[in-house]
Amino acid sequence: MPQIFPRRANSLVSAMLWGGLVGGVALVIVAITLGSSAHTTGVNSTPEQPVPFSHGHHVGGLGIDCRYCHTSVEQSDFAGLPPTSTCMTCHSQLWTSAAMLAPVRQSLQHDKPIAWVRVHDLPDFTYFSHRAHVNNGVGCESCHGRVDRMPITTQQKPLTMQWCLACHRHPEPYLRPENRITALGYDPAGDGIPGHELREHYGIRKDNLTECVTCHR
Amino acid sequence: MSGRPVRRGMGGLLILLVSACDQGPMTNQPKYETFEPAPRWPHNQSARVPVAGTVARGEAIDPRVPETLPMPLTRELLERGQALFNIYCSPCHGRDGAGAGMIVQRGFPAPPTLHSDRLRQASLRHFYDVISHGYGVMYAYADRVARSDRWAIAAYIEALQLSQYARVDDLTAEQRARLEGGSSGQAGEGAQQ
Repeated sequence: MPQIFPRRANSLVSAMLWGGLVGGVALVIVAITLGSSAHTTGVNSTPEQPVPFSHGHHVGGLGIDCRYCHTSVEQSDFAGLPPTSTCMTCHSQLWTSAAMLAPVRQSLQHDKPIAWVRVHDLPDFTYFSHRAHVNNGVGCESCHGRVDRMPITTQQKPLTMQWCLACHRHPEPYLRPENRITALGYDPAGDGIPGHELREHYGIRKDNLTECVTCHR
Repeated sequence: MSGRPVRRGMGGLLILLVSACDQGPMTNQPKYETFEPAPRWPHNQSARVPVAGTVARGEAIDPRVPETLPMPLTRELLERGQALFNIYCSPCHGRDGAGAGMIVQRGFPAPPTLHSDRLRQASLRHFYDVISHGYGVMYAYADRVARSDRWAIAAYIEALQLSQYARVDDLTAEQRARLEGGSSGQAGEGAQQ
């Protein structure tokens, strides 16, 4: 009976099987590494803004509360971006001829909003509410990092599903009392209020925090 | 030879290819997120400016402003007022209301102290109006502070004024014991009667 396959087919099949296995594992490793890399998640991305606004100066240096500008954070899903008149509340008197602030003055003069570039952008298939977080013990810093040390606003956290779920599964170590929500450099663990007490205080139910529909609706 | 395994293999390959697809259309769906640009609308803005006279949801339709506090004076109201005063007013007026806040220290014209005779005589409605419409170089805060919150701030200002003229006799026995015990007290902090 004539042989269909030549003798070298044996080693070829073996090479293909092993190659496929090793290649598959390598592909998974590469995919995971790429998926969680700063390039994909946007960590450290610092988009150029029309005005080089420094949270470091306004928050860290002057001690202005986040809510002075982001006024709707407690009532709305969106934290709110200040209208130009908020900037001009102080800058109608201070740094009135600074070249850096020319776009702000022009915005007021022509009634044309400043087109800030978004730094923290979740995919459209995720639903996120600021109101739901800041009224339930999650501080600004948990997602936005130390803005009081940022000369230009940078994304510090990966904002991946895995990252969100870490807190949704175990919120206790991240919770703060009501009067420390906008505090920066606050250490929930070092504050002395046990996380489970805060969770009970806010009435947070862990069972529905990891439902799909909590974030995808 | 049967075509079945080949077809199955093709199917598997297709699944792999689809899962490798760019997720762009899902990530950026054809809908406007808050403040997302909308080409060809005025200023390329999807967010619209409400027409004049728009009443926010939950706000009173009656434009007339009550002469004095329209809600009961409670500890919660004062605490809300304190939080808001510290957010919106303290940058210039200072947390104590004396008018030496951080922005003033950086060169902003100093506001008058809230503890002058004139302002101690002023009505709550006066503070409500100043918050709503601004005063001198102070901008209006009507777009930032809701009406009920303006009343809360006005009530807190009165408590703040009272705190600067508090007498030992005004304290409860317990507070007085704490004061005289020398523990670094929070006597002035709540400033309630």
